[in-house]
Amino acid sequence: MGRVASVEQVSTAPLRLVTDQDRSVHIAATIAVPAVESEAQLKAILTSLSGVDAVGAEARAAKLSTRSIKKSTKLTAIEMAISMVDLTTLEGADTPGRVTSLCTKAMRPDPRDLTVPSVAAVCVYPDLVAHARSVLGASPVAVASVATSFPSGRASLNVKLMDVREAVLAGADEVDMVIDRGAFLSGRIGQVFDEVVAVKAACGDAHLKVILETGELVTYDNVRRASWIAMLGGADFIKTSTGKVTVNATLPVALVMLEAVRDFAETAGRTVGVKVAGGIRTSKDAIRYLVLVNETVGSTWLTPDLFRFGASSLLNDLLMQRLKQQRGAYVRADEFSGD
Amino acid sequence: MSDRQLANSHLGSLEYDPAPESAAIAKLKPSYGLFIDGEFSDADSHEQFETVNPANEETLSMVAQASAVDVDRAVGSARRAYDKVWSKTTGAQRSKYLFRIARLIQERSRELAVVETLDNGKPIRESRDVDIPLAAAHFFYYAGWADKLDHAGFGVDPKPLGVAGQIIPWNFPLLMAAWKLAPALAAGSTCVLKPAETTPLSALVLAEILEQAELPPGVVSIITGDGSTGAALVEHPDVDKIAFTGSTEVGRMIQQRTAASHKHLTLELGGKGANIVFEDAPIDEMIEGIIDGIFFNQGHVCCAGSRLLVQESVADEVLRRLVRRVEQLRVGDPLDKNTDVGAINSAAQLLRIRELTAFGESEGATRYTSSCELPQKGYWFAPTVFADVAQSHRIAREEIFGPVLSVLTFRTPEEAVAKANNTNYGLACGVWSEKGSRTLWVAERLRAGVIWANTYNRFDPTSPFGGLRESGFGREGGRHGLEAYLNV
Amino acid sequence: MSDARLDVRKTYKLLINGAFPRSESGRSYEVTSAKGAFLANVAQGSRKDVRDAVTAARAAQAKWWNATAYNRGQVIYRLAEMAESRRDELAEHVALGEGLSARASQKTVSASIDRMVWYAGWTDKIAQVLGGTNPVAGPFFNFSIPVASGVVGVLCVQESSLEGFVDAVLAPICVGNAVVAVASESRPTPAVLLGEMTSSSDFPAGVLNIVTGLTDELAPVLAAHEDVDGIDLSGVTPEAADGLAALGANSIKRVYRPHERESDSSLRRLRAFVETSTVWHTIGQ
Repeated sequence: MGRVASVEQVSTAPLRLVTDQDRSVHIAATIAVPAVESEAQLKAILTSLSGVDAVGAEARAAKLSTRSIKKSTKLTAIEMAISMVDLTTLEGADTPGRVTSLCTKAMRPDPRDLTVPSVAAVCVYPDLVAHARSVLGASPVAVASVATSFPSGRASLNVKLMDVREAVLAGADEVDMVIDRGAFLSGRIGQVFDEVVAVKAACGDAHLKVILETGELVTYDNVRRASWIAMLGGADFIKTSTGKVTVNATLPVALVMLEAVRDFAETAGRTVGVKVAGGIRTSKDAIRYLVLVNETVGSTWLTPDLFRFGASSLLNDLLMQRLKQQRGAYVRADEFSGD
Repeated sequence: MSDRQLANSHLGSLEYDPAPESAAIAKLKPSYGLFIDGEFSDADSHEQFETVNPANEETLSMVAQASAVDVDRAVGSARRAYDKVWSKTTGAQRSKYLFRIARLIQERSRELAVVETLDNGKPIRESRDVDIPLAAAHFFYYAGWADKLDHAGFGVDPKPLGVAGQIIPWNFPLLMAAWKLAPALAAGSTCVLKPAETTPLSALVLAEILEQAELPPGVVSIITGDGSTGAALVEHPDVDKIAFTGSTEVGRMIQQRTAASHKHLTLELGGKGANIVFEDAPIDEMIEGIIDGIFFNQGHVCCAGSRLLVQESVADEVLRRLVRRVEQLRVGDPLDKNTDVGAINSAAQLLRIRELTAFGESEGATRYTSSCELPQKGYWFAPTVFADVAQSHRIAREEIFGPVLSVLTFRTPEEAVAKANNTNYGLACGVWSEKGSRTLWVAERLRAGVIWANTYNRFDPTSPFGGLRESGFGREGGRHGLEAYLNV
Repeated sequence: MSDARLDVRKTYKLLINGAFPRSESGRSYEVTSAKGAFLANVAQGSRKDVRDAVTAARAAQAKWWNATAYNRGQVIYRLAEMAESRRDELAEHVALGEGLSARASQKTVSASIDRMVWYAGWTDKIAQVLGGTNPVAGPFFNFSIPVASGVVGVLCVQESSLEGFVDAVLAPICVGNAVVAVASESRPTPAVLLGEMTSSSDFPAGVLNIVTGLTDELAPVLAAHEDVDGIDLSGVTPEAADGLAALGANSIKRVYRPHERESDSSLRRLRAFVETSTVWHTIGQ
């Protein structure tokens, strides 16, 4: 029962990647996407998109969430996540006082540790934008405003555009719009597209995030198509949810959206960001999303410019986990301010 | 910057720290004996051989080399146990033994997963999430048949075959042991199991589990050794049934040697699975499925999708995405929870893979190999894709049993079917399309024992697995899996 | 003065939606041992309890059916584990209620647990035995699968307080139904005990509901309830069964009546509460 003979004699030809010099077919990315001029053309583009196999997409998302993120990687991920939070309050009962607390926390999530990065933005209703702006002053934290009759989007286009303009006038740096799900689900995709274009125009210099409300779109095929409509219409970000319905961001939905922005970047040459919102409460959840980004579109997207978490309670869990990593022991929730 | 870093510069700056599982959880002993008649004992000759960790070539433990004498003793104990105990044990009782074993596997799952990864080289994520759970599930499933044999479709009160000699391969050591033992015990047969020589350890831990389950002595023997042990088992006159999983080459020999005997035989052999991709395949899931099909378990899978048959109209795009995805595979320490592709199981296997891959290049196919760094020690092969492969190429016809994919094209469904079937094997195929009628049309015409549609490498104890033609005969899993151990 | 320790006596309540409420009617009735000794005041369920149990069963059933067969098997097997570890308690109640010797009641408990194991092993096999593909004369892939009927009402057999109960409730449950069981009127305690054990067995709330009480009062409620898909009439007399079957006809219920001597390996009970669903799919390029 001896050992098998050594393998040195066998050819170990140089191992290489595909390069232009290879005899192989080096494929340039597919035909660039033309500007959309009609609903028929839009339909053709959407029809040419591949379908999504739900079982496969969910399996891929589940496998990626078994990645073990520990030690320094975990700390890096937590701090990355903090810097990607859009700290949000979208309640009927919101007051200037509430917004003041929110903005203060946004600028300095942990007053005793100034090395903690500030969050990316605060997210409020349009009539509180001016107040948020005044509290934030010259801080790098952006003001994002929901608009277009958030969350339902059920109003005339005029009303929705007015909503946007007022938010922008009040000082919003970013606008989070909702697509018309009724129009989408009844096949009026041209209308959905036109609204995105119109809102983008009304945004002026403000960045546009387009909320797809994936929980209402239900299927991954719909999420893929809606993502493309939004991107073709000029979205700077595509966003999963309003957070106001039962089903919000999920890992497989985020996967499909990340694949969409990856493919869009290759074909249309523009990088669009992704925001996941609703139901993301723990650092563990957040880190799973970052792994998804990392292994679907890569590190270019691992920046607040291209990836955001729409959340409120997530921030405190991130702070707690960060502290736990440093102290080596579990900490109390009361260690940090409630809001 | 290396090629890999260049290619990956747009990918992954979230560098994952090592996340190693602890080897100590395996609680390996310095040596193991043969498990015969309910206890561990030395080989008659006291001869031992080492089993190594293919990831670093370190010795893990010493195991016994069973000779013909030991085989005879094991078969004798299996026969006595069958005659005096097991054939008189009711189905309800057998059922409960199997449930116990299943539960014990669940309870010791982490330990088993680490043992499996150390001995085989496969990533801990796979041992933990696939191998061990499926092994437990297999015992659970067949536990439930033991007391219901009347309903298995083989007539009322079907009788067991008697003593089964079972020889299993090194690619899924514990799972293959489960696939063999569970249906045999459920049917009422007793077993002598010979694990592969490079991966004996998880079977030996299973022997401990059988002790904990208080399975009557002799019902299962586990005897380690090399090919000569297997040969002695095959030739032993008091074995009623031989079940073999391994290469077609060895399967052929076994069939020759048992042809003139009374022994029943089932064989699960090699394959050259074709993964057929139509232009309307769900593209992202399909890429994952192709990757899974050939790089899962380092390609050491009899049903691996080692041929990609892609519709010519989308071949370029598929290849582009495939190569990009291959670069992302994390190859390295199998004990690291983030590893995707582990070590090749042995030096011998690595030699075979390198030989055939070198051939592929010389035949004129275009080679893409991941630029991943490979560890210095251990047996490693970087994931490789060959494009522009022709049907006549050796790498399109011969089983490489490693992380090497051969890509061919087709134009019509008929051509896809013809190319897929153009092999002496017939184990598994995949079909990727969103058009159900075409998937079913293709599936009907494929000569394969297992056909996966829009997925690959999915296993379940309820689902019969096995091949056509030179991939073997007989099925494991499902109601059909009982047939191998019943006298029907 | 006696040093004997006073034991803490159990209250026997209903099992509805995973919780253990008393009857909403506030009633209870006396249960005695076979020899006539006082055993317990058991909750006397009302029509409203039955109604609530059916609601719970309906809500739970979709999720139970959508769990994998493997998972359902694991849950039922765990119930067997629980029963095995509390077998003495079960044996005591069987002995008291049925007037059996300690030895005979232990035997009954063993047989009951083995039955639980039998049912646990059916969940992922019944489709292979009752279903299959059908070679229709055309280019179609055609397959039939057994689908759970939905909510099954069970009037438990009166005499066999454990073994009979296990058969009656686990048969429909293992194929994916949710059950509302009316326990044996005179010997309900083993059923109640088993109900408690489902709580520690990962049984989802609402899959098994147990209403104790007077069979004659509760049976018509269950039989007439239109959101109950099937009913097992084992626990009533043949005459009463006729009337109940007629009541059930209003909503075209599946009605199961036991045979005189039903073999242990009979699948009749399993088949009674599944529906065959057949799918056709074209085959073509």
